[in-house]
Amino acid sequence: MLADYTPRFRHAALAVWARNMLVLRKMIGSSIVINFGEPLLYLVGLGFGLGMFIGGKMDMPYLTFLASGILASSAMNTASFEALFGVFTRMVPQKSYDAMLASPLEIPDILVGEILYCATKSVIHGTGILLVAALLGAVASWQALWVLPILFLVGLSFATLALIMTALSSSYAFFSYYTTLIMMPLMLLSGVFYPITALPAVLQKILYVLPLIHAVQLVRPLVAGLPVTNVALHLAVIALYGAAGYLVAVRLIRHRLRV
Amino acid sequence: MEPVVDIRGLTKRYGQREVLRGLDLAVPPGVCFGVLGPNGAGKTTALRALLGQSPMTSGEIRVFGLPIPEQGRAVRARCGVVPQTDNLDPDFTVIENLQVYARYFGLASAQIEERIRELLAFVELGDRATSPIATLSGGMKRRLTIARALINRPELIILDEPTTGLDPQVRRMIWARLRALREQGSTLLLTTHYMDEAERLCDELVIVDHGRILERGSPRELIQRHVEPEVLEVRGGAERAQAILAAVRDARVEAIGDTHYCYTRDARALLASLEQHPELSFLHRPSNLEDVFLKLTGHELRD
Repeated sequence: MLADYTPRFRHAALAVWARNMLVLRKMIGSSIVINFGEPLLYLVGLGFGLGMFIGGKMDMPYLTFLASGILASSAMNTASFEALFGVFTRMVPQKSYDAMLASPLEIPDILVGEILYCATKSVIHGTGILLVAALLGAVASWQALWVLPILFLVGLSFATLALIMTALSSSYAFFSYYTTLIMMPLMLLSGVFYPITALPAVLQKILYVLPLIHAVQLVRPLVAGLPVTNVALHLAVIALYGAAGYLVAVRLIRHRLRV
Repeated sequence: MEPVVDIRGLTKRYGQREVLRGLDLAVPPGVCFGVLGPNGAGKTTALRALLGQSPMTSGEIRVFGLPIPEQGRAVRARCGVVPQTDNLDPDFTVIENLQVYARYFGLASAQIEERIRELLAFVELGDRATSPIATLSGGMKRRLTIARALINRPELIILDEPTTGLDPQVRRMIWARLRALREQGSTLLLTTHYMDEAERLCDELVIVDHGRILERGSPRELIQRHVEPEVLEVRGGAERAQAILAAVRDARVEAIGDTHYCYTRDARALLASLEQHPELSFLHRPSNLEDVFLKLTGHELRD
């Protein structure tokens, strides 16, 4: 049964990934603004401003706390937006998938290529944030480079979840449900901007069932130069969401395109 | 010889709606084979099924002797597809479209450069290699779509309404190219509802309606089998025309709107009497595939 979900030729999924990378290369200008300008604004605007009020009670500078939180949440946002708007554009108005499906490619090849691309974008954006954070003195040690493979995994996982929405969507407007009702709350509640201990205990329990907090708790000690705990558990939760999301997304998109 | 495409008893249902009802089709190698039918006859559905892009309800499909859908990937690697609506990649230039598409077939860019130059020359787009897709005219887009379908040197080329919406110059150019491909030994399978296109291009064709095959043969055979060789189209003066046409022996008359179509073996007598009535305008022509098509599929409008 699983054979239906795995791309059979490695080059097939990579061809789709390469197609998207070629588009990305053409948008290098806007890419630089997004990948470096946005984190700079966040870290300078929020980090220095809010940091003045917070400070003291934490085991790391607020700028480090914020940078690590934003690294995790940006990986979610970058991959999700690409898997929502980017994939929908290619699948529906551009009919790119129709053209691909007339070649030897099959639906799992296309989706694996798309998910790899979403995760790649997460890593590129994360690299930008990490560089800006390092320049602002918010990164404690070289162990922070471990963040990049983690962001890749976070990107993979959130891309598959967003693909489910894309598969069900009939228009761009539909995505507001997901961005407003799922992504925004995850970003605001998962310990990106303030410690999760500030929240009621019940809510904390719920948040641990969701993926983003696990990403934050892997990334934060790596950036702060502290020991990382529960690595296997955090990775497992993120990977589990990714795997489940992928199986559902392939089924739904196959149902949508193979009519 | 073993057929390139062999479809047996293909049925396809969407809920209660039966789009294909036991379609049988055998396409011999090296011919240009036409599938004609009104909108909604099931042409596109059949093409999607034979590429393994859409599951069938029942039936059996073999392409190059390989079973579909099991061998869909291997079959598509040897096919070229020109879809009904252009789906060129708007993010890329002309040449990038071909390069990216070649990669989907696992063709490395080094081995494909020469092929791309050749194809751009074949469809007369050599000077537009670096143009963005948005700057191309409809005819150029179609020609590029055809070039794209040839990137893998396909043995079977499937064209879904290849010249719909194009001007006469482009249509003729595309017809010439399709004939050249057939001369080179490719098998062509095309759907169309342009009868002139089918008559000019197809060695053999089937007429499909309501998911079934109504007729098969060469365009000439079908015309001989189903309609009289001459047609008089008479317009205006409904009652007068009726009276005149009623007097003609050995003729079959059909009225559609304000026009009477008179099919006959010998139009001389009728022509003589029509000369007497200058208030009636008429057109005398040899019968064609469109007459066969309308006779077999009826005159009611389709959506």
